[in-house]
Amino acid sequence: MRGNLRTVVVLLGVASVPAVACAAPPFELKSLKLDLPDADQMFPAGPGSDAINNNCLACHSADMVLIQPPLSKQAWTMEVNKMINSYRAPVAPEDVGPIVEYLTALKSVK
Amino acid sequence: MPKKAALHHPITRRQLLAAASVGGLALSRPAWAERMIDLPLPGGPGARQVTTAFPQKGTMILQRTRPPLLETPFEVFDKGVFTPNDQFYVRWHWALIPTEIDIDKFTLTVRGHVNQPLSLSLNDILRGLPSVQLSAVNQCSGNSRGFFWPRVPGGQWANGAMGNALWTGVRLKDLLDRAGVKSGAVQVRFKGLDEPVVADAPHFMKSLDIDHARDGEVMIAYAMNGEQLPLVNGFPLRLVVPGWYATYWVKMLNDIEVLDQPDTNYWTKVAYTIPDTPHASIKPGETGVKMVPINKMVPRSFVTNIASGTKVEAAASTTLRGIAFGGDCGVASVDFSIDGGQRWHQGQLGKDEGKYGFRQWQAQLTLPAPGAYNLLTRCSNSNGVAQPDAPNWNPAGFMRNAIESVNVIAV
Repeated sequence: MRGNLRTVVVLLGVASVPAVACAAPPFELKSLKLDLPDADQMFPAGPGSDAINNNCLACHSADMVLIQPPLSKQAWTMEVNKMINSYRAPVAPEDVGPIVEYLTALKSVK
Repeated sequence: MPKKAALHHPITRRQLLAAASVGGLALSRPAWAERMIDLPLPGGPGARQVTTAFPQKGTMILQRTRPPLLETPFEVFDKGVFTPNDQFYVRWHWALIPTEIDIDKFTLTVRGHVNQPLSLSLNDILRGLPSVQLSAVNQCSGNSRGFFWPRVPGGQWANGAMGNALWTGVRLKDLLDRAGVKSGAVQVRFKGLDEPVVADAPHFMKSLDIDHARDGEVMIAYAMNGEQLPLVNGFPLRLVVPGWYATYWVKMLNDIEVLDQPDTNYWTKVAYTIPDTPHASIKPGETGVKMVPINKMVPRSFVTNIASGTKVEAAASTTLRGIAFGGDCGVASVDFSIDGGQRWHQGQLGKDEGKYGFRQWQAQLTLPAPGAYNLLTRCSNSNGVAQPDAPNWNPAGFMRNAIESVNVIAV
């Protein structure tokens, strides 16, 4: 009896849904388990490349840095300082200069 | 809760040095990069890898592997007004992105200045709140940054950091009403599951004013174009803020906090700010300008069926086709010019799929004689705002919407 009553309630519930919503089944989500591709590219070897590889690649891959337009030393200094001050990149103070020099040199040869 | 991403590519200083010592790694391109494309960015470099290596994504232009920045190849926009999920652009700020999400364990919390804090399952959201649908353009604040001159640092996008989808979800207003916003609420802050690698770095969060959050248009989407969101587009829930730049469309949304004070977090107050000037434009080097959070989008239009450098037949009818969007309102008209903007001709608008979405447009034109032509397109929106002639400039490379041009050669 109780089971029958529940069935009736469910049917009434379905019947009260507007026709347009009945046309499509309820939206179903499926769990995801995926892998993102590797980012193993290093900065090309050169003066300061150890400093930039050691300090920068933990948070982001090298590729976007390597496709920046030519930027001045001042602009690169601001970028590196933004990473340290705003994004808390734990860059050793003695590495800041070599990183800026590396980036400035990298772009000036392009 | 979803499993926290194991640091996707754990890198220690020692490993880095070991890898560097191998040497051969230094200049190698990842094995999964298939081919190259050249984006026409002034001053270069425009070469980009094209990749199909990202899960649930088709062919994309690789701007950054980690955290992912993937650009939609521009030819995709010629296929229609809805951008396919598998080619919808991708942009993340922090590298710790969950790669495993169990829909039975995921929860969305609503807390802060509310009467009844909520912790909702996906089932609660999908079954317990009215479903709404909306077509809306999602565009990165820095879409087209690579065309800024002088160039500025940042993601060097061409025009493909945008897309339009039919979003299905629930109204943010309904969720906030269920929690009961207390009087004195001023903003609502949104946070997703992504996390910075450095523990004390600012978690990515964005806020909207309380009235905006309750306008009935801002929604929490669980589907785009009729499918669940791809992981890298924000599965399982993404905030949709129609007419506003994508920085507000928080991905993997799992926390909503009603604030009784203005949000002072870095991502709302400092990052993503624009000069409070017409077109958010200043002169390079200009300082002391008042900055405000980026907000509503502005109109844009593009030719999608003819790329620059294409040869067309002179003195014959040529079809010009493209997309436009009004920004924070609908498209009123799309005009084109073949004489550098001296005379404008009205294009024919395609079906209106909603004022916040892409609108296709088309025109027949005849280039009278052989030679080089610069075809211009200009969208005017329903608020009477038209694309400006001159490109804007600001140091972050935000809000480009100048009249675009396509160079063709009539033969």
